[in-house]
Amino acid sequence: MAARLGLACTIYMGEEDIARQRPNVFWMEQLGAEVVAVTDGTRTLKDAINACLRDWADSMADTHYVLGTVCGPHPFPRMVTYFQSIIGQEARAQMLAATGRLPRRVYACVGGGSNASGVFAGFLDDPSVELVGVEAGGKGIDTGKHTARLAGGKGSPGVAQGYKSVFLQNDEGLMHDTHSVAAGLDYIGVGPILADLHQRGRVRFEAATDAEVVEALRLTMRSEGLIPALESAHAFVAAFREAPGLGSDDVVLVNQSGRGDKDIFTVADALGDEGWRDFIRRKAGSYAR
Amino acid sequence: MNGAGTVGLESHARERLEKKPLLLMAHAVVGYPSVDATWTMLEAMDGAGVDLVELQLPFTEPIADGPVFVRANHGAIEAGTAWRAYFELAARAAARFGFPILFMGYYNSVFRMGAERFCARLADAGMRGFILADLPPEEAVELNALARARGLDPILIMTPTNSPARLAEIGRQASGFVYCTARKGVTGRKTDLSQGVGAFLERCRAATPLPLGLGFGIKTAADVRELRGCADIAIVGTACLEVWEAHCEPGYRQFLNTLAAETR
Repeated sequence: MAARLGLACTIYMGEEDIARQRPNVFWMEQLGAEVVAVTDGTRTLKDAINACLRDWADSMADTHYVLGTVCGPHPFPRMVTYFQSIIGQEARAQMLAATGRLPRRVYACVGGGSNASGVFAGFLDDPSVELVGVEAGGKGIDTGKHTARLAGGKGSPGVAQGYKSVFLQNDEGLMHDTHSVAAGLDYIGVGPILADLHQRGRVRFEAATDAEVVEALRLTMRSEGLIPALESAHAFVAAFREAPGLGSDDVVLVNQSGRGDKDIFTVADALGDEGWRDFIRRKAGSYAR
Repeated sequence: MNGAGTVGLESHARERLEKKPLLLMAHAVVGYPSVDATWTMLEAMDGAGVDLVELQLPFTEPIADGPVFVRANHGAIEAGTAWRAYFELAARAAARFGFPILFMGYYNSVFRMGAERFCARLADAGMRGFILADLPPEEAVELNALARARGLDPILIMTPTNSPARLAEIGRQASGFVYCTARKGVTGRKTDLSQGVGAFLERCRAATPLPLGLGFGIKTAADVRELRGCADIAIVGTACLEVWEAHCEPGYRQFLNTLAAETR
């Protein structure tokens, strides 16, 4: 967007997320952005948001803060939800055109919650459509290494980064270290509008573990020819898990919010792909010479 | 001995301002590098004749703080500084030193504690007020009323980006004194005081009759001297910790003494 409009662009990204999603960093830099590695705290999304807010507190006279998710101070949750709602509008229209009816359920992964807010927005007024948000169960909710704020029941109300919502924190309000195989879901909080929809019973929340995500990814690639991002693969996990309980005529919608190309290193590791490892070794060797 | 007695912060400041042109407020992140070190800092503040002290309760997401205080917050948390250690130190300091002590921190700590319990804990510890970096005045009405009922002053923040109407609204809700930030941004980076700070303080004066403290980027004795005649309280935070880290206790004591000398 900045390249298209001729604006200078600075991206804050946790050092750990840069390592996990290096292909994204490469393309952002090719597009002309400066990517700043954030080394505070857990070196993930929450720390990048802090760093970005600190920059903007200083640079607001000539800079726009473009938050990627439906969190942060008002009006950012509402703004980002509105921008993303085009996904839901188009998905609803396309679903009606393709199948002649509304889906029984809509599945979307939820980190901060931008893609879920967008796709759910198209169906909020359709009471027959069940909305399912899928959080990162990481290594399992009982291990503490996850980001399931709502599905796991481990989150509690708090106020941080300019908004009130449900956070993974201790009794004294200090935020926990979180974990997910998917950088985009590895975050302490959830969009306040989504937390409200959960509280009112409009959105059901589930969790998918890292191991389930890799399996779902494998199945999606082999059965559908699709390569979802690790984030989006969480939505597929819940859909696959629940599909056997549906009738053969039922239609479900899974939001594939991103492609998995950026995750090639993480996925190759998870799948133990020896051919890829050999290639990386040879490539690294060619740079070393 | 609690030399400040139980008078409000405004009266305390005004009494001191009759004897000298400018007051000095110093800051410490409790538990960084250790609770013992914080105590040594407080002794140095007392020795230098610091007029007010803010004690920061560490938080994982200190969005108003620059790199030095971010590191201090995280370091204090890693060292295990929790509410109990914080309030024990604050109570010990309030009993031992004459300067009024203020809570400084982020709203999530208050929210998790509960407003009523937060005010009770501050009052029980002998603290005199609080500064919450991320609580807008619109969201603070109930907390501030509870605080005043316990004799605590909520210290509100005025910034250069506030409109005159906003400054006036903050002025209406403020008590004790007002914390004016010398520039936009976060704590720590040096402020060029020649760039509109005087005019900003005049706008703040027009919005409140309370004493004005000026913080954010006040780093040297020369900065403090420059505030004489335009602000009432010089607020020095990051620079104190930087000196502690570079020169340990002797340098810290000397630094506070040179700052305090500029207020007499």
